[in-house]
Amino acid sequence: MTVTRRGFIGGAVGAAITASTADAGTVKEFEGYPGRYGLLHDTTLCVGCRSCEVACKQVNGLPPVEQPIDDPSVFDTVRRTTETSLTVVNRYVDHEDGEPDVYRKLQCMHCNEPCCATVCPCHAFEKTPEGPVLYHPELCMGCRYCVMACPYYALAYEYEDPLTPKVMRCTMCYDRIKEGLHPGCADACPMGAITFGERDELIRIAHERIRKHPDRYIDHIFGEHEFGGTSWMVLAGTPFKDLDLDEGITTEPLPAIATSYLGVVPLVITLYPGLLLGMYAFSKRHEAVARSEREEAVAAAVAATEEDAQAKLAAAAERAKKDKERAVDAAVKKALAEAQEGGDS
Amino acid sequence: MTDVTLDAGPSTGKTGWLTPFNLISGVILIGGAAILGVRFTHGLAATTNLSNTYPWGLWIGFDVMSGVALAAGGFVTSSAVYLFGMKEYKPIVRPALLTGFLGYFLVVLGLLADLGRPWRLPYPFIRSAGPTSPLFEVALCVALYLTVLFIESTPPVFEWLGLKWWRRLVGSMTIALTILGLILSTMHQSTLGAMFMVAPTRLHPLWYTSHIPVHFFVSAVAAGLAMVIVEGMISHRAFHHQVEISRERFEAINFGLAKAAAVTLAMYLAIKTVGIALEDEWHLLATGWGAWFLVEMVGFVLLPCLLFTVAYRERRLVLARVAAVITVIGIMLNRFNVSFIAYNWNRPTNEIYVPSWMEIWVTVAFITFAVVAFKWIANHMPIMYEHPDWKGVH
Repeated sequence: MTVTRRGFIGGAVGAAITASTADAGTVKEFEGYPGRYGLLHDTTLCVGCRSCEVACKQVNGLPPVEQPIDDPSVFDTVRRTTETSLTVVNRYVDHEDGEPDVYRKLQCMHCNEPCCATVCPCHAFEKTPEGPVLYHPELCMGCRYCVMACPYYALAYEYEDPLTPKVMRCTMCYDRIKEGLHPGCADACPMGAITFGERDELIRIAHERIRKHPDRYIDHIFGEHEFGGTSWMVLAGTPFKDLDLDEGITTEPLPAIATSYLGVVPLVITLYPGLLLGMYAFSKRHEAVARSEREEAVAAAVAATEEDAQAKLAAAAERAKKDKERAVDAAVKKALAEAQEGGDS
Repeated sequence: MTDVTLDAGPSTGKTGWLTPFNLISGVILIGGAAILGVRFTHGLAATTNLSNTYPWGLWIGFDVMSGVALAAGGFVTSSAVYLFGMKEYKPIVRPALLTGFLGYFLVVLGLLADLGRPWRLPYPFIRSAGPTSPLFEVALCVALYLTVLFIESTPPVFEWLGLKWWRRLVGSMTIALTILGLILSTMHQSTLGAMFMVAPTRLHPLWYTSHIPVHFFVSAVAAGLAMVIVEGMISHRAFHHQVEISRERFEAINFGLAKAAAVTLAMYLAIKTVGIALEDEWHLLATGWGAWFLVEMVGFVLLPCLLFTVAYRERRLVLARVAAVITVIGIMLNRFNVSFIAYNWNRPTNEIYVPSWMEIWVTVAFITFAVVAFKWIANHMPIMYEHPDWKGVH
């Protein structure tokens, strides 16, 4: 559940460098730290008062909300979390007919298996046993892959800061939790729409609410299983897709999908040298065969030429011999004839 | 050494330094440096249009994502010549390796501009490793491959400086370096695609597939081949007095590259189609995003594939060059789509990212830097021709 799923060079480099955070070797499937905390946002109770936004900014020492809390025009645009607003409340369903509008609070969902932690090349994120996902700015080089990867668009970056920019996100008020307090937003909610507690207990509470009020709720807890589950969970009476939540895409943790390909990497490292040297040997052999074939052909051609020349030489010699014989014969015949003629006369 | 023949480049000698080329590139480079000055004094917000929803813009989408793909010509040509015995392509290995080295150098420059705290670039290796991250693998591979490309680019330097012992040493490492380069390239070219596997909801389903690492690798091979043709088109004009090989041989090399590019693009088109079929996403082609996807697939993959085929069959160099330029633009379009156009496709339109003029300027400045560096090196070292002392040697 912490991000120690090492597909890649994990064995060698990873284990050596991050040995201190390695999990127990015998555990194959870690279901998460027992008793870890979470929060439940019941959107059927939320009235969009933004008390949570104000409280969040106070406990985190961030500049106060830009638009006053009683200004309803803030809901005219859909906002997202920023480096100074770690949580924002949006209105997603605007009922004209007097039915209550539907609001949802956005913040880091504190995934059971966080993408941000998996994709960080500097290991700057940590899933704590208490549930919150923490970020360690002293390790961050600012690649912003975490901001890119988050499926909830919950991470923000301090683009204004030229030299020491940080990723900014909800910490689930980790320090307050350690002191036995509740997160600032949960304490501030006047409607009881935000419940803080052990995650398992929250799931029981949520199922109980659905069972008691089947007409009020959709029979689903967003975050119980989505992308491997989250610490922040959402209950709703309207379809989750209307609340800008991707329901039903996959229950597989995104880190498992993200790192699945890295398993191929050791294969490439181990198989390629042999394969490529084989190809190199093929091309070399091809050249060698071509060269020896060429040499053979040349030798054969030379031999054939030589033989031809020999034959021609022999034929010429034969011809010369015959010519000579013929000449001798002719001379003899001529001499004989002359002798005969001389005798006759 | 033999500087007499090498110094005859268009920018040196008679005309002096004040050539139009030097003036324009000087202005671009000084402007780029000034913008980078603003970036490190006033932050990324003052220079870029990056946002919390679009944390990666042009500097990642072009300088890193496209840069790595377009620099693939180095490993493609060196493997073909040294491993697969295609010796006839030897004259293009040096320019391709130099283009590759400069390309990867740009990748690092782009990264240094883009990272929030660039001086922490070595952190994954020396301080706190995140080996679960695809980016960790990319960083490791790029660092190693940049080193390999650097060593592979040193023979011309040693020949230029007359360091015979060093030249022989590097020459004896050719096969090992080529194999290492091919391993590292296979890994990081594909892992650049794997970086997006974490975002099935944020990247449009037509671009998102579990095969995206293979898509990235195959398209990078096509991009590398196309880049070698484009680079040859420019450098053989600029350095024509240095080129030793005959016009016929140069054209034959280009037609060979065109044929390889046609086959690679056809394979790429096939696996892209398989990607849609596997996820059964045919209906998405009828949407607006589908039309945009088809622009990429038909206009920048199928079209250049056909043009390369015709160019090869009918021996038309101009057509091959047109196809190469289209392919290069197509790869950039694909990397832009994946990293910021089809990424966040379902976000409200008021959050859309469009690069700022300063991001574009810095990118152009980086490219200019590479062109100037290539020009200087090719004018001083044996890149476009074989050094007389080392003819026919690895």
